Amino acid sequence: MCLGVPGQVVRVDPNDLGMTMGLVKFGGITKEVCLMYTPEAGVGDWVLVHVGFAISQLDEESAKEVFATLERMGELADLGPAKG
Amino acid sequence: MTDGRAPKPAEPLFDLSCPVPLSDYPHVLLAHGGGGRLTQRLIEQLFVPSFDNPALSEQHDGAVLEIAGRRLAFTTDSFVVKPLFFPGGDIGSLAVHGTVNDLAMCGARPLALSAGLILEEGLPMEELRKIVASMRHAALAVGVPIVTGDTKVVDRGKGDGVFVNVTGVGLVREGIEISPRRARPGDAVLVSGEIAVHGIAIMSVREGLTFDTELVSDSAPLDGLVEGLLAAAGEKVHVLRDPTRGGVASALNEIAGRAKVGIRLEETKIPVSEDVRGACEILGLDPLYVANEGKCLVIVAPEAADAALDAIRSHPLGRLAARIGEVVADHPGQVVMRSRIGGQRIVDLLTGEQLPRIC
Amino acid sequence: MRFVDEYRSEESVRRFAASIRGLVTRPWTLMEICGGQTHTLIRFGIDEMLPPAITMVHGPGCPVCVTPLEMIDRALAIAQKPGVIFTSFGDMLRVPGSKTDLLAVKARGGDVRMVYSPLDAVEIARKNPDREVVFFAVGFETTAPANATAVWKAKKAGILNFSLLVSHVLVPPAMEVILGSPANRVQGFLAAGHVCTVMGYREYEPIAAKYRIPIVVTGFEPLDLVQGIQMTVRALEEGRIGVENQYARSVTRDGNVAAQKRLREVFEVCDRPWRGIGVIPGSGWRLREEYAGHDAVRRFDVGTITPEEPSVCIAGEILQGLKRPNACAAFGTACTPEHPLGAPMVSSEGACAAYFNYGRAV
Repeated sequence: MCLGVPGQVVRVDPNDLGMTMGLVKFGGITKEVCLMYTPEAGVGDWVLVHVGFAISQLDEESAKEVFATLERMGELADLGPAKG
Repeated sequence: MTDGRAPKPAEPLFDLSCPVPLSDYPHVLLAHGGGGRLTQRLIEQLFVPSFDNPALSEQHDGAVLEIAGRRLAFTTDSFVVKPLFFPGGDIGSLAVHGTVNDLAMCGARPLALSAGLILEEGLPMEELRKIVASMRHAALAVGVPIVTGDTKVVDRGKGDGVFVNVTGVGLVREGIEISPRRARPGDAVLVSGEIAVHGIAIMSVREGLTFDTELVSDSAPLDGLVEGLLAAAGEKVHVLRDPTRGGVASALNEIAGRAKVGIRLEETKIPVSEDVRGACEILGLDPLYVANEGKCLVIVAPEAADAALDAIRSHPLGRLAARIGEVVADHPGQVVMRSRIGGQRIVDLLTGEQLPRIC
Repeated sequence: MRFVDEYRSEESVRRFAASIRGLVTRPWTLMEICGGQTHTLIRFGIDEMLPPAITMVHGPGCPVCVTPLEMIDRALAIAQKPGVIFTSFGDMLRVPGSKTDLLAVKARGGDVRMVYSPLDAVEIARKNPDREVVFFAVGFETTAPANATAVWKAKKAGILNFSLLVSHVLVPPAMEVILGSPANRVQGFLAAGHVCTVMGYREYEPIAAKYRIPIVVTGFEPLDLVQGIQMTVRALEEGRIGVENQYARSVTRDGNVAAQKRLREVFEVCDRPWRGIGVIPGSGWRLREEYAGHDAVRRFDVGTITPEEPSVCIAGEILQGLKRPNACAAFGTACTPEHPLGAPMVSSEGACAAYFNYGRAV
């Protein structure tokens, strides 16, 4: 569902309750975000944030996949007769 | 425009208890002040018919009155911003700049301002001192005196610290005719810089967002920028509007409605800073609907568009000015935008304030 | 912005759209589950770029839209109690109850506050120990970890004046209702990428097998949507069933295991009524017994609630993808974002609001 925004971790602050918090950067802004559900994310990693919580760590390799697919589609289009 | 004579006394039996169809809301809502559809309804269905005169019916940022052969611009604005102090200003400087800008949007040079203050019991005197100093500073920078005012104090809990009303008068420059109705198909739509800065600066304080470089409100007086623009493009400038609450989208919708023209925008041409983009993404806000306080929209005849853009860009407040669209004869009253991926969407008037969303 | 801008490239979107045109040999009906995906499709004009053979129907993935009327009325009753600070996400503030909405309650003096995160509501409770603070915990699985953590934190930190009004809903049972309906025309699904970020996509595999359909877990940017649609159409053309993952940069088959653990600690499955659809067994979450002290349903006695829906609203049929918003008699006339008759017109996610705001009157 809904508004998940990618951001880059700039600071990680473990805390007393076991609720790791941190600072995440979105474009030019930073906001405090709860990182307890992305325990592997460290400074410099990218996370997806929804209502103040990081719910996943973004996998850069997979992110590149769609662009590799696009390249292949582009090459195919150049090769054969135009489709559709 | 009136001819300067005193208006006739109002019909005594104008009955405001007759049901005025204000969208079934028996109480005033915050949305009525949001700059969107409900605000427009309140103005069109209550204020304009009640006060009923040609100058008011123009519904521009200020009224232009003909007095003894000169055109006097007359405007008023109230400021209720919270927090009172924010990065880039405070309610005092905001009030002075806002009213100076309304006069500039009429094509007028500011002559004099008034300041009415409603103070809440318990407001620290130090805060009041700071606000007044800020107003003084802002007025001096523009060279316009604050010549009269009023002060009232309300009980603790009945006001947000300070409410400020500033009223301004100015003289419309000769040969200049600025009115929303002058927009015509073919005209270029320009914006003087990056949008949504003020609204995001305010919200950042409320939501605890921090920025790499601190995001400050763009509150600023535009009279100098407008002076340069009018010197370059003169009466080819058809419309000026400062897109305050409700943002660029609301202002353009109002103009399209008044002039019965369509407006087309290009999403990729609209200047938005990275900071503001980031904030809008995480709050789920559309920058087109967020308030600006130091920007203006310019609708100008196409042959003068380049000269107008150059003139704006030569002013420090207009360096990032851009051409964002054009006026068209199609879809009169509607604003349509070509999205960055090539699709089309209608940029409609919102009902009230835009709310941050989670979804 | 990284991970955003590159997914909004006109050139890339056009390439996928062209690929879809090249693949299609017959009409197909697809459903995107999530309101956020509906929002993107219409905001960027993607639905108009697809070949006419592809019909997109909009699913019930708008938590604001499906929150039952009885729950909205309960929220309104609680918000009107003296001393209560009622906190909520922005979307819920305009949703009409039987007689009023939260913004109107605020106008009449109720302390209704919008928050960005449920943790902000806990903070308000901490700072106002003499007031009762309630947070309206609506949402699908995506928002559940945040809501669960808020109440978990309140319990752990002894913040006794904080409670949750829970109305969580789950996607898979809703999909089964749609697929099991005799009127169903949906042949392929775009599953909600952020729900699956949290929950993984294992639970969709039996659904795909049972109803013999392709399901593609899809993201929210324009490029994600067109790629998700392309993958679904390709599967349909090739006669393949099963689950594929377009949103691999965020979604794994198992999902976010740490978040799921917290969810199991705090919530348990229950039956839940969906506004406009009715009760769907096992389709919701409620607070476990250990959290009874923080459950606003138990904490506040609001008497009997008799909800009344306006009869002309066809939200149920819209949420199940059986009708389009512009097929409703009241669309754009009696029902507009300004005076909405039903939830899908209020929420920025709702199909009716999206159609209205982005101008799909025809």
